[in-house]
Amino acid sequence: MSGSDRFQSHDYYLLDELLDEEHLIARDAVRSWVTQEVSPIIEDFAERHACPTHLFKALAEIGAFGPSLPAKYGGGGMDEIAYGIIMQELERGDSGIRSMASVQGSLVMYPIYRFGSEEQRLKYLPKLASGEFVGCFGLTEPDQGSDPGGMHAHFREDGDHVILNGSKMWITNSPIADVAVVWAKNEEGVIQGMILEKDMPGFSAPEIHGKWSLRASITGELVFEDVRVPKANILPGVSGLKGPLSCLSKARYGIAWGAIGAAMDCYDSALRYSLEREQFGRPIGGFQLTQKKLAEMITEITKAQLLAWRLGTLANDGKASPAQISMAKRNNVLMALEVAREARQIHGGMGITNEYPIMRHMMNLETVLTYEGTHDIHLLITGMDVTGLNAFK
Amino acid sequence: MKILVCISKTPETTSKIKFSEDATELMEDGLQYILNPYDEWYALVRAVELKEEFEGSVTVINVGPASNDTVIRKALAIGADDAVRINVEPASAMSVANHISDYATGKDYDLILLGKESIDYNGSVMGAMLSEFLNLPFIAHASGLTKGGDAWEIERGITGGTERVRVNGTVVVSAAKGMAEQRIPNMRGIMMAKRKPLEVIEAENKASSLETVGYAYPAEKTAVKMIDPNNMEELVRLLQEEAKVI
Repeated sequence: MSGSDRFQSHDYYLLDELLDEEHLIARDAVRSWVTQEVSPIIEDFAERHACPTHLFKALAEIGAFGPSLPAKYGGGGMDEIAYGIIMQELERGDSGIRSMASVQGSLVMYPIYRFGSEEQRLKYLPKLASGEFVGCFGLTEPDQGSDPGGMHAHFREDGDHVILNGSKMWITNSPIADVAVVWAKNEEGVIQGMILEKDMPGFSAPEIHGKWSLRASITGELVFEDVRVPKANILPGVSGLKGPLSCLSKARYGIAWGAIGAAMDCYDSALRYSLEREQFGRPIGGFQLTQKKLAEMITEITKAQLLAWRLGTLANDGKASPAQISMAKRNNVLMALEVAREARQIHGGMGITNEYPIMRHMMNLETVLTYEGTHDIHLLITGMDVTGLNAFK
Repeated sequence: MKILVCISKTPETTSKIKFSEDATELMEDGLQYILNPYDEWYALVRAVELKEEFEGSVTVINVGPASNDTVIRKALAIGADDAVRINVEPASAMSVANHISDYATGKDYDLILLGKESIDYNGSVMGAMLSEFLNLPFIAHASGLTKGGDAWEIERGITGGTERVRVNGTVVVSAAKGMAEQRIPNMRGIMMAKRKPLEVIEAENKASSLETVGYAYPAEKTAVKMIDPNNMEELVRLLQEEAKVI
């Protein structure tokens, strides 16, 4: 199991000078929290393929759920850069812990806030913000991943209820969720969102076992067999694919920041190891091939930090386009995965053990590369954005 | 209950310390700063706990430039109600104590708290100087502090045990480990801190009789020496002549 957390942050381009006081205080607060609450336990939970569910309440206490939502609904009233920095620090600990927070905040609280009625907001948001409720988000289906518009989940009207049928797959938090924001088609084939509660008859959420990635995060299915959902639970503010896609933009934005955290943890560990590990009578950090790896890692991390920061300023101004978010998510996640792979090499054989966080981050990042829009799909989004031509189908 | 907590800014513990070429100045480029842990974890958190239990207010005070505002805001995020910054470069412990006592005089604080030391210069003198200037009693290195009736009940570690003292009236207390547990500010506290008052008081630096003439790095750690277990004489010689511990 890994020893004490010796993480030191790296700010090669003095980006702290671009951040406000509140960002720096939030960053240090979440960093301290991760060092105290996540680092000491995460290797053990990941090894046991168990979710540290006690951290839901703790994440709520530090304000990691919906930090950029208004305080009236239990949010923190912070800006998008603060939200990004919180995700970065959580993912420095583990992508699964960041997933807990980004699903709760961006995929559950955000759609209820953005598209929900005032009654829905007041009923669900404070409980989600406080961790009393765990939420999940149902969009992906067993046969519909990159093409969510072809979803099969559907519902029909039945008085003041709708009857929902279908299933969802790869749903973070679903087996332990109290509420689920589910997207399904109405009788006209139009996608709508609705809030399901765990005890609704016909609704179940079996766990998916055997993951070699995000092992400290719980993942499952959502199964709907004639679930009677009150019409009052349908999100009134949106219809069509833009509903779930706007939630994904929010979550992808957080991932663009979060991946930097995982990369920073790998780089920091590799740098320290390269200065402590001696071969041929001197630290391996003194050899050119190690320096090439380290120099390229910090260069790529710095570029990713700049991309995320600029995206944050655009998001604060309400100007971050989904395509810009795709570019940052795609670039930063691959960057993190490549940094993890290089860091693994610098650690030599030790890099494959749980004495160091490298393999855990690397395995996690394989999921992060695929979920919330795959690496290839994000490329096609950029391609479509610059050419105006759709290469999806 | 009115509590004043003195806070200082110190380099983050993993920061690499560098001096100027002539070793007369600390180079601040690239240094990351934090709220001094003894001031934060123990003095400030205990003050906030006392306020929550007995009602009242907690004011934090810092002597330093505007770049200290980040650590001051953190103190407000943890739970202080308002803050004061005396806008001068801190010249010495004596000078800082003078500025704080000038501010605190006549303000009827019930308690003045600070960490037992700052983790940069580790002087441990601020509390004593402050109590002298304010003509107040001083309890150093306290590991417990509560209110019992009209008196303060204070605990501090002594050789082989714990000493308990009672003090009537206002007292200056320097806080050590054990007085409270670290509180990580939450996001709502951080946002509320933006709206809490931070008063900046302009001042002239007090004359200081202390001048730093130079710095030096500690000797580099040397590798572990392995000594044959049968060669006790060599071990004793090294402990006496090199390590100089026996």
